[in-house]
Amino acid sequence: MSAGTPRSLPSSGQKPIQDICHPLSAEECALSRSPDVLNPCSAGERDLILPNGTPVDTSSPASSSSLLNRLQLDDDLDGETRDLFVTVDDPKKHVSTMETYITYRVCTKTTRTEFDLPEYSVRRRYQDFDWLRNKLEESQPTHLIPPLPEKFVMKGVVDRFSEEFVETRRKALDKFLKRVADHPVLSFNEHFNAFLSAKDLNKRQGLALLTKMGESVKYVTGGYKLRARPVEFAAMGDYLDVFTQKLGTIDRIAQRIIKEQSEFLMELREYGPVYSSWSSFEEDLHDPLEGVSGCVSNCSSALEELTEDMSEDFLPVLREYVLYIESMKNVLKKRDQVQAEYETKLEAVVFREDKKTPVPSDVEKCQDRVECFNADLKADWDRWQNNKRQDFRQLLTGMADKNIQYYEKCLAAWESLIPLLQDKQDAKGETN
Amino acid sequence: SARVMPTQERKLFSSTLFHKIFKAHTSLSLKKCKGCLYKISTSMVEKGTSLLKMMEISVAEAEKRTGKNAVNMQETYTVYLIETRPVDAASEGTNPVPDSLWRRYSEFELLRNYLLVTYPFSVVPPLPEKRAEFVWHKLSADNMDPDFVERRRVGLENFLLRVASHPDLSSDKIFYSFLTEENGWKETVFETGFQAKADSRLKALNATFRVKNPDKRFAEMKHYGDELQSVISQLLRVRARAADRLYGVYKVHGNYGRVFSEWSAIEKEMGDGLQSAGHHMDAYAASVDDILEEEEHYADQLKEYLFYADALRAVCRKHELTQYELEMAAQDLTSKKQQREELATGTIRTFSLKGMTSKLFGQETPEQREAKVKMLETQIEEGEELVKERNTECEEFVKSAWVDIERFKEQKDHDLREALISYAIMQISMCKKGIQVWNNAKECFSKM
Repeated sequence: MSAGTPRSLPSSGQKPIQDICHPLSAEECALSRSPDVLNPCSAGERDLILPNGTPVDTSSPASSSSLLNRLQLDDDLDGETRDLFVTVDDPKKHVSTMETYITYRVCTKTTRTEFDLPEYSVRRRYQDFDWLRNKLEESQPTHLIPPLPEKFVMKGVVDRFSEEFVETRRKALDKFLKRVADHPVLSFNEHFNAFLSAKDLNKRQGLALLTKMGESVKYVTGGYKLRARPVEFAAMGDYLDVFTQKLGTIDRIAQRIIKEQSEFLMELREYGPVYSSWSSFEEDLHDPLEGVSGCVSNCSSALEELTEDMSEDFLPVLREYVLYIESMKNVLKKRDQVQAEYETKLEAVVFREDKKTPVPSDVEKCQDRVECFNADLKADWDRWQNNKRQDFRQLLTGMADKNIQYYEKCLAAWESLIPLLQDKQDAKGETN
Repeated sequence: SARVMPTQERKLFSSTLFHKIFKAHTSLSLKKCKGCLYKISTSMVEKGTSLLKMMEISVAEAEKRTGKNAVNMQETYTVYLIETRPVDAASEGTNPVPDSLWRRYSEFELLRNYLLVTYPFSVVPPLPEKRAEFVWHKLSADNMDPDFVERRRVGLENFLLRVASHPDLSSDKIFYSFLTEENGWKETVFETGFQAKADSRLKALNATFRVKNPDKRFAEMKHYGDELQSVISQLLRVRARAADRLYGVYKVHGNYGRVFSEWSAIEKEMGDGLQSAGHHMDAYAASVDDILEEEEHYADQLKEYLFYADALRAVCRKHELTQYELEMAAQDLTSKKQQREELATGTIRTFSLKGMTSKLFGQETPEQREAKVKMLETQIEEGEELVKERNTECEEFVKSAWVDIERFKEQKDHDLREALISYAIMQISMCKKGIQVWNNAKECFSKM
């Protein structure tokens, strides 16, 4: 874990625009890339790759926990054979005359026939993920679409190119794609396919605009009033309301703890050195005092790691869920609208005609829509609840683990000090 | 009243305490209060010279009193119960009721001031602080606060034990009557006239600036005292701030307890795990109170040596004073001898008013000169006596003081080492508790 100023990523450097390869092309120009990039997913042969294609970064303990994260995500499918594996990694900064941005490598391994090739490696930027999500929302309105990490970042406050920020974002994007890939319906979506496999997501800007319009065209349902919300969907709404509230509270508590710990850390960083300066004018006590100073210093480093971990691993996941819930509430609203439309139209028909004429097809269509929506939503809800349970179990267990590790480091430091402190004591005892 | 534990239990500890003292040169004694360990060292106890060998001493209780003070105004103050008992009685197995009397803090101060003046070559043990300093926000700065009173009780007992085990101080009669005679003790102290013997601050300051050849060791010791005082002050200040922050960290975790409980209400399978994890978070938040209370004892141990630094400097200042007075006397003698020489040879090397006036207004008569010489001779004789006296004084002071300083150095090294060990043990205990709580919480989370 970095201890101070966040580090920036290697940049592609300033180049004339003609010389810069399109960042989204699968074959990257020979910049500062490692040779295995061109065969990114033949990595299966290497023993440091997980079954779902994720490369393992073993350089820090934090990543070994994210390793566990990925493993557990796999275990969730109850032995189901997975045939689609997606990962997001290798963030790189691209500098052009127009703008500077980050792209991520998206690796896919699959046996599905919907895909032309068994493996893909493309580069995508945040905009592209956003496009994908919009397309999914538009084309699968009855399903719960996983959230993306926050789009906008206040320029002055957060460094968009710092290693920590990019890594946090990368993890969230990885999780997003994995959730989509795990979904029995969404994973077969054509836009998802294109996202994973196409060299160029062409005219994505135009498409994005169209998407927004398309959405509003499809669901001009403003006027309809819902009679009675079915109990189970009302319960979902209530649950989400309370849950969001609790998540907000937990976020605030976690932030407060981080703040208090940071201030405690500040004091510790002043406290330790005082023992050092004391030792400088002591003889017998020199070593013990230096020892205490070193101990305090070790504890300080351990604490710093803890707060950094919590900032980077804990808070973002909470926020992600808050976004998730927001989008879910929107889906619930849409469902209400669809039901309202159906009820209104049905009422009109019932009042207008006698029972002998068949129900008009558009009303029938509405009924279908309602039933499909309800079915999809229920299935997604159950799956969401299950995933939520696992996610939070993992998140909170992770939090406990981090705290345990912190105390274990401190314990080791103080325990190793005791013999040093007692050392002279024994020697003295012997001479007496 | 602020009672720590039943008197029976305390007596048991007292026996343990004093039994150990008989043994080695340096020994550790333990006193238990409120479940914490407060280590008192009575090092370098020489058999046969220490009061502690004959008598058990403790400050058992503290009580609030109200009464009229010197200006006839109502005031509330705290008194401390000093219990003493002959050592033989305890070791025989019988448990007679100890003798006891009540004293207030100001009487302890009076005792100490008396000792400072009467034994200027001793590093006199310090009293616990008069007012609470280096407090962090949850710690009360109020002298009437029960926690403060309790810590003061322990500090006063420590003071008495240290004096009672000091090779020189322990045999003092005023000290003995402080422990045994409730009435009239104050008068007895004043009757010693010690206040008159005290050196004025101005005199001492003057000596510090003007002394020419102080013993190097004492100069170094004084410097050491300065540095020790400075570094311990800093340490205590930062520690107090850190304690404040640590308190905040632990307490905020208590909020998790509440929100987990609220959250568990809307969950089915996750509910139980969340709820029980929340309880562990509450326990974690609550644990900081004990942790910081124990740390306060560590702070008290440091404070003792903060104040000891002052006592050490006092001895060094006294040396400077005696050395200065010797130098002054020697200087005076030299000047008088020179004057005599001048009168004898008629040369004037030193300026004197008499010399100038006699030059201006004519020589004096042989009789006058004779008288002068005689007077000088007397003065020189007296001066030589004075120089001899002061020289002896100075030498003796240096000898006694250095012995006590060496004794103090060993005591300090021992005590502070012990304090650091107990501090490390405290930290270890805190870490272990933390690991346990979070492991408990983790178990609950994994069952979600």
